[in-house]
This record gives sequence, C-alpha cells and structure tokens, in this order.
Amino acid sequence: MTAALSLAGVTHRYPDGSPALHGVDLVVQTGERVALLGPNGAGKTTLVLHLNGILTPTTGTVHVDGLPVEREHLQEVRRRVGIVFQDPDDQLFMPTVREDVAFGPANLGLSPDEVDARVAEALEQVGMADAADRAPHHLSFGQRRRVAVATVLAMWPSILVLDEPSSNLDPASRRELADILVGLDLTVLMVTHDLPYALELCSRSVVLDTGRVVADGSTGALLGDADLMRAHRLELPYGFDPASVPGRLP
Amino acid sequence: MGAGHAHALYVPRESLLHRLPAQCKIAAVVLFGLVVVSTPARSFWAFGAYALLLLGVVLTARLSPRLVLRRMVVEVPFVVFALLLPLVARGDRVDVLGLSLSQSGLLGAWNLLAKATLGVIASIVLASTTTIRDLLHGLERLRLPRQLVLIASFMVRYADVLAAEMARMKVARESRGFTATGLRAWPVLSASLGALFLRSYERGERVHLAMRSRGFNGTMPVLRRAAPTAGSWAAALALPASAGLVAVTAVLA
Repeated sequence: MTAALSLAGVTHRYPDGSPALHGVDLVVQTGERVALLGPNGAGKTTLVLHLNGILTPTTGTVHVDGLPVEREHLQEVRRRVGIVFQDPDDQLFMPTVREDVAFGPANLGLSPDEVDARVAEALEQVGMADAADRAPHHLSFGQRRRVAVATVLAMWPSILVLDEPSSNLDPASRRELADILVGLDLTVLMVTHDLPYALELCSRSVVLDTGRVVADGSTGALLGDADLMRAHRLELPYGFDPASVPGRLP
Repeated sequence: MGAGHAHALYVPRESLLHRLPAQCKIAAVVLFGLVVVSTPARSFWAFGAYALLLLGVVLTARLSPRLVLRRMVVEVPFVVFALLLPLVARGDRVDVLGLSLSQSGLLGAWNLLAKATLGVIASIVLASTTTIRDLLHGLERLRLPRQLVLIASFMVRYADVLAAEMARMKVARESRGFTATGLRAWPVLSASLGALFLRSYERGERVHLAMRSRGFNGTMPVLRRAAPTAGSWAAALALPASAGLVAVTAVLA
C-alpha cells in the first residue's frame, strides 16, 4: 500500500542560509493519526509547509499518496493535503463562512452544485451548518477554528494537517474539536505542544528537534520516557500521568 | 469585536428595496445621480420632484426619515462650501438681509446643494438597504475589476481584526502607565502604528499562504449567484426612469 505521506532525507535551508531541517525521514500510513511534537523552533512549521509544496526541500523528496510534491502535481497535492493553520483569522478571509468554505472547492474547478454540496457536507462535519451565512469575525474563536477545519475538509483531502489545533481554545471547544477529529475518517498529522491532546488523539508521535526526527513511536511510550522528554524540552502538565490515560483509537 | 464595521450602515428591514439584488440598486443610484446632475439648476420644480421620488423610495425601504436625516451629516463639508459660494463668487449682486450676494454664486450654491443632497440621500438608502457583502458582489457583477473588489472585501473582512489588534496595543500601552498627552506621546504612537503595519503585513503573508494551500493561483473563483430577474431590474430602475422623465420635461420646458 502507498503511504499517505512519505518524506525521505528532507533538508531545508532558508534563503539566508540558516538550516531548518536536517534530513527528515518520515512515513505516515493511510488512516494513521500522528502527533508531531517538539520545542519551539524545532522546524515543525517548516516541515508542514513542505507537505503541500509551499516550501520545497533543498535536498530530499516528499511524496503524498505516492505523488511527488513537484510543480506539476502542486494543485493535486494541495487538494490532498489540507492544512489548518494556527490562527483561524489567517485562514478565513472571505466575507461569509459559506464563501470561505467554497473557496477551496471552487479553486478545484468544481461545478457550482458540487461546490454547494461540498460546503454543506464540510460544515455538517464540524457542526457549523447553521453558521453558513455568518461572517467569520462574528463567530467565537472555537467556532472559527472549526470552520477553518471545514475549509480544508471541503476539498476532500486524504490527509489533514493541523498546526496547533488546540491553541487558544477553552476546554469545551478543545474537546469538541477532538470529537470532530476522532469522527473523521482521515489520515491526520497534528503539530502540537498540547501533549495530553496528542495522547488522546494520536496513537503515534514523532518528536522533531533542531530539524531532526529524534524519536518516533507510540505516544504513550514517548510521553512516559522522562529522559527523552527532558532532552527535548517537552513537559507534561503538572500531575499528568500518561500511563493512566487511554488514547482514542486509532 | 462584535457587530463591528461590517454592518455599520446596514439597517435590517423587510422591504422590497432590501430584497432587490445589489447590482440593480447600484445601477439605479448611479443612473439617478447622472440624471440629477444633468438637470439644469434653474428647473427648481424638477428638484422638488426628485426629492418626492426619493421620499417615496425611503418610505418603500421602510427607513425612518429621521435616520436618513441623521446620516446626511456626511454632507456638511459640501454645505459649508456651498454657503461660501454666494459670498465669494463674482457677477451681479443682490442684497439679502444686508449681505451683498452674488447672483451666480447663489445659483451655484443651490445647484451644488440640491444635487449633492439628492445624491447623498440616494447613497444613504443604498447603504442602509444593502449589506457590504452584497454591495461587493453587486460591484463584481457590474464588472468592476475583480482585484478592486477583492481588495475591498479583504478590507471589510480584516477591519475588525485590525481594530481589535489596535485596541489590544492600546491596552498594553496604558497598562504600562502610558497616557497619550501632547507631543511627547507621538513617537510612541507612531511606533505602535509601525508595529501595527508590520503585523498587518505579516498577516497578509499568512493569509496568502493559507490561500495558496487551498489551491489559489492568482484568480478568485467565481461563486454562483442567481442573476437578477427582469422584475428586479424594472423595480430598481423605476427611480432613475421616472427621474429621467422629469429631467427630459425640465430640459424641454
């Protein structure tokens, strides 16, 4: 079976010469939910921007569903990799929720009927069907985050990439988003500092530090490895014992 | 944030005018303006007829005349200019209440004041019965360059976000004991403005990134909108058409 996502020896240097990624190898199988952990400045966002060709590797290759991320496949790759950015105000730029969710499918050249159907379906999936005609800036932060998820779901991606999905959410919104994510039949890669969230949603975690994959394994085992955690500035909330918490499969 | 600027002028009501497609209303206002502007200033009765027509429109839109009057404040600069005209213009003069006024200046002032007032009222009705979003779509349907529409719609979308950011910066300044008094506050304020500009610029880049990630390649996709019916056009153009009749009569007379 072809992996949903496969990175081989990916390095990246920024134009000013500063290195961001040093030979990242990562394979995510279809249907997996994987957390990407690491301290600030580890290169997580840089990695994410490689997944849909916004950034291109200095050396190495990225494949999405077996498709190389190269200029000729960019449009298809961007359909397959749905990135939900951290600040929903960056993602929601159209005057209404409906138009924003329609933006992606319309870019794919779908017919107006298909676009309408996709919009309705995606908003339904995140429980925001009632908000279709509202302006994004009239929604609560949690609602905006959910609409941001809908904007990429409407493109029928095969892999959903979330950058800090739980940041700035109140506990109820955070849980509601988790319920939505668990209900999706999608491959998920989730960049997060929220380790309990990673444990709850992702059976597997990858730790990135200074542009290298330094650990890759079951989330429970990684979070339970005190030495590893300390070495990469990862800390669990006070009193949190990863061994005592069951994850939500898969 | 709250309701914010996006709906600042819109007055939600259930009326024929509210239901009309924006492009019909925009076209009607522009045509009405052209008709009014091309009416000779001496055809005083024609302007009275236009005013009556507009009153009818205001009532059809179920807007309170009081609200329309209040919003006419935007016209004040024109009014001041118009009132100065009779004093400064040359030509034959007449004495009114002990002031020596220019006749052509008086006519010019009347001309300016009447036409501007009619135009302003028509625009107020348009803005009160149409959401900004619909206005933008209407302009797009009227073939205004899409880039311009896009820039305007971004402005509408992010005005609240920027205002909120500015408010947060103000709170942060004041929380550290800053009070804006006098010249010495200017460097601080301008630094804040610079920071706001940089943040907006960076946000622009992030928005562009998010757009590209969803397949944006330079052209906005066209979303379907029902084309206005002939009935809508007829209803909207009733105003400029009847104004046109008045104007033709005035010119012929």
